[in-house]
Amino acid sequence: MSEALHDLAGYLKDKLGGAVETADVRFGELTITVPASEIVDVIAFLKRDSQCQFYSFLDISGVDYPARPLRFDVVYHLLSPRQNQRIRVKVQADEDMLVPSIWEVFPAAIWYEREAYDLFGILFSGNPDLRRILTDYGFEGHPLRKDFPVTGFVEVRYDDAMKRVIYEPVELKQEFRNFDFLSPWEGTDYVLPGDEKAKVN
Amino acid sequence: MAETAVRNFNINFGPQHPAAHGVLRLVLELDGEVVDRVDPHIGLLHRGTEKLIETKTYLQGLPYLDRLDYCAPMSQEHAYCLAVERLLGVEVPRRGQLIRVLCAELSRIMSHLLNVTTQAMDVGALTPPLWGFVEREKTMVFYERISGSRMHAAYFRPGGVHQDIPDQVIEDIGNWIDGFLKTVQDLDDLLTENRIFKQRNVDIGVISLEDAWNMGFSGVMIRGSGAPWDLRKSQPYECYAEMDFDIPIGKNGDCYDRYVLRMEEMRQSAKIMRQCVDKLLGPDRIGPVSNTDGKVVPPKRAAMKRSMEALIHHFKLYTEGYKVPAGEVYAAVEAPKGEFGVYIVSDGTNKPYRCKFRSPGFAHLQAMDFMCRGHLLADVSAVLGSLDIVFGEVDR
Repeated sequence: MSEALHDLAGYLKDKLGGAVETADVRFGELTITVPASEIVDVIAFLKRDSQCQFYSFLDISGVDYPARPLRFDVVYHLLSPRQNQRIRVKVQADEDMLVPSIWEVFPAAIWYEREAYDLFGILFSGNPDLRRILTDYGFEGHPLRKDFPVTGFVEVRYDDAMKRVIYEPVELKQEFRNFDFLSPWEGTDYVLPGDEKAKVN
Repeated sequence: MAETAVRNFNINFGPQHPAAHGVLRLVLELDGEVVDRVDPHIGLLHRGTEKLIETKTYLQGLPYLDRLDYCAPMSQEHAYCLAVERLLGVEVPRRGQLIRVLCAELSRIMSHLLNVTTQAMDVGALTPPLWGFVEREKTMVFYERISGSRMHAAYFRPGGVHQDIPDQVIEDIGNWIDGFLKTVQDLDDLLTENRIFKQRNVDIGVISLEDAWNMGFSGVMIRGSGAPWDLRKSQPYECYAEMDFDIPIGKNGDCYDRYVLRMEEMRQSAKIMRQCVDKLLGPDRIGPVSNTDGKVVPPKRAAMKRSMEALIHHFKLYTEGYKVPAGEVYAAVEAPKGEFGVYIVSDGTNKPYRCKFRSPGFAHLQAMDFMCRGHLLADVSAVLGSLDIVFGEVDR
């Protein structure tokens, strides 16, 4: 299996030339990274080339790495029923960058791109219908970004006096608890509470 | 006669509508009784599962998977467990694999029974749900006897399954299969040749194979259009490779074909379950059901009474959890509704950095607009019924 994936990686590097920045096989899966400007051509090639035939579209998802200059990964998953192989294509982007939409190659991408826009704020150029999809009407912010709190900002309830649903700032009876499980014996890179003096010497 | 201005008519279908299979709001643009445009508004059941899982350890995150497609909970857990196991490099013992296959097929029957019968209800028949739900209730009782819960089982765990199944339950499942096949036959007699059912479903919501691939279809939806593609056959996981079963495929890609496929898949699932039952009661009657390494699967309570190491493992695994090597995997299973995939990005800690679910219903619902255009308003509910939508997994 993994040999076939290495062959495929070599083939893609040959055919797509400079468009493939990296190609590596880990956990039995092939991942290639391409620049955002090339994504439509790469996806179209993967779909139509007779050696690839990745004509089953599976997924687009975002991943957020706030520390990077280009903070988002846009991850495309394709499947080739003919070759019985899967491939993962990655593109990097930031908040302002436009990633070309692949909806003309795979019409199914429209909703997936809407989802990535809704949850991460990744912008896709050429998508005919880039509205929010999963969050509430009039929602603000992009909830899957790492800097968005898990508790959110507003909560809703039905107000009997006003006879409608109203929005209020979130009020927590108990702080949201997020425990730190990093082992102090395996080298944390921060000072543990109460350990301030120990690290001075 | 004076000319009157003709205008299209907009109606709201849902969010609360018995044929919407949950909370779906469809904004329909009608020209007379013909559908011009369908705009599904989803997200009314969005619970932020993917965000919540990022704050939970791998084991704590597992029960969220039950709440996605709540008609076949164990299939979702299965995909998640496969993903985590691939990252950890953990093997599932043979008896555990057989139990998983047994439960996954039980889930498939649960989901298909619900879908087939409610699809019939959407087009006006009331008897099939009444008959089908009797059997469905029995599958849920099996769920309860296996895992302790009728729906949200949390039974598949990375490394295996939570606990062994008593022989009596396996025997009862084996004895139930015959009665179940009888019910399927009854439903078949009731619906398959039924004139009204055929009028409402044949040649409705036709989708060609090429369009189906382009719309990201999978599972019954793609097989209905004629693709012989099933992950259980083409990319076998667990011990599906040694099971003897057939993959039915459709010819016309309409609602009726998809109904017939689901009926046949239930029979094939029963066939797989029978093989599992025979093996679980025969050659694989005794054996571990989950990984015995101790670094991933917590020890049993009895072991903790005698072994210090087991006690330590128990404490560590239920507080800190296990650390998963950094990397990313995409694992998919053939869920009843199509390919359910889990994409996990791990950063080497005890919590997933990102966990994305590829739910089949999301892609299928997107095609509502494409499939309903030009159909009559009454066909919308027939198409929706045959898409097999469950909002837990569409909205996540």
